[in-house]
Amino acid sequence: MALSEARLVPARDYSLTGRSAKAAIESGLSAAEWYHTDVSRKEMKELMQRLDGPAIRDTILWLMLHVVFAAGGIWFWGSWIAVPFWLAYGVLYGSACDSRWHECGHGTAFRTRWMNDFVYHIASFQVLRNPVNWRWSHARHHTDTIIVGRDAEIVWMHPVKMALKALAFTGMIDSWASLKVLARNAMGQLSDDEKDYIPQSEQPKAVLWARVHMGIHALTAVVTLWMLATGMGWKAAIPFLLIGGPRVYGCWHMVMTGLLQHGGLAEDVLDHRLNSRTVYMNAVTRWLYWNMNYHVEHHMFPMVPYHALPQLHAAIRHDLPEPNPSIWHAYREVWQAVLRQRHEKGYYLKRELPPGAQPYRLELHEAVPERTHA
Amino acid sequence: MRWDHDGRTFAIYRSPEGAFFCTDGLCSHEQVHLAGGLVRDVLSECPKQNGQFDYRTGEAKRAPACNRLAIYPARVEGGQVMVEVT
Repeated sequence: MALSEARLVPARDYSLTGRSAKAAIESGLSAAEWYHTDVSRKEMKELMQRLDGPAIRDTILWLMLHVVFAAGGIWFWGSWIAVPFWLAYGVLYGSACDSRWHECGHGTAFRTRWMNDFVYHIASFQVLRNPVNWRWSHARHHTDTIIVGRDAEIVWMHPVKMALKALAFTGMIDSWASLKVLARNAMGQLSDDEKDYIPQSEQPKAVLWARVHMGIHALTAVVTLWMLATGMGWKAAIPFLLIGGPRVYGCWHMVMTGLLQHGGLAEDVLDHRLNSRTVYMNAVTRWLYWNMNYHVEHHMFPMVPYHALPQLHAAIRHDLPEPNPSIWHAYREVWQAVLRQRHEKGYYLKRELPPGAQPYRLELHEAVPERTHA
Repeated sequence: MRWDHDGRTFAIYRSPEGAFFCTDGLCSHEQVHLAGGLVRDVLSECPKQNGQFDYRTGEAKRAPACNRLAIYPARVEGGQVMVEVT
């Protein structure tokens, strides 16, 4: 064992059925009351109002760009000109799907319910997530954000494996893992963690949707094989580049934005200002990401639609740590904090609050023995 | 709006037609108070995860809410909302 590995903090139990889960429940960290910045009821009602217009506009544009870039990729097939078309298509499919899955899962993107559900299912398929499992895991993520043993969506597990985090940008490991989960679900099997956060009445739906998704992927593979068998050569890659493949070659943007949400911040707290990060990002990234760069705001008030998050940010920023001014700045901050977290038990980045902000809510943080510095 | 009584908490609603309704105050999914959420038509939405309930019947209408809310008869008498708590 290398010396640097020997000094790593001990691994925590991130399963939802182990000792961390027990500790979180016993200490009162599970399903607890979180800190919220004061916002008047009138203002919050206005911010929570649902609209169809912004999401219809964004979805039409999103789908049209799929068609345009896919058509360009196929039209210019065999030429280098096709490459940027496929790269753009990949990001629209393999990265923008994440924010569409997320916002429609909350039911806040559109006012009309069927529109949320329709886009939710398309995006779930693209991002290789079982639409039932992830609806429930994400509900848990909001109930118990980064509470170890309760939150099924913790990305930064300690000690952080830096090589795996770098590989995440290629999409290969995560996609393969997601595909295996879908295949397992399609065979009627749910893990203990899945059974923990999906109510029993919903579990048959998880199996059904996994079968639908796997069926489409199988069909894609059959078409690819048929094209190969009929001598179409490299053109046989087109079905894979169109369906499934973008989750690998186009996921880098999703990973880039997603890793910043909670990286280097606290576990086991009841104040989203301590475990979530807001980063100012450029307009294109915010469109692809549907404003989830306002992540503290989203976690504090998850029913505010993506299109109202900039207004919510303006309303509560006086009570939040200063946002990172850029993606680059945020990554530098995360990098330094995570390197320290690998070796220093209990460390997390505690950002300064502006003058006049309410103090951090920390009273339950030390209730989890594994968080203490001793 | 929220109404606390005798160690219990409730949510009171006024429909677009002006009728009053009362349900349990906490979402049956994760015990978040519904008074902080949005009311659209006859639906009360949980402010945390968008579980939805028909406040007239208490029926859960959208996941992650699966279990119905208890409902209590409510009416206006002399300018005050009266709730029959059982």
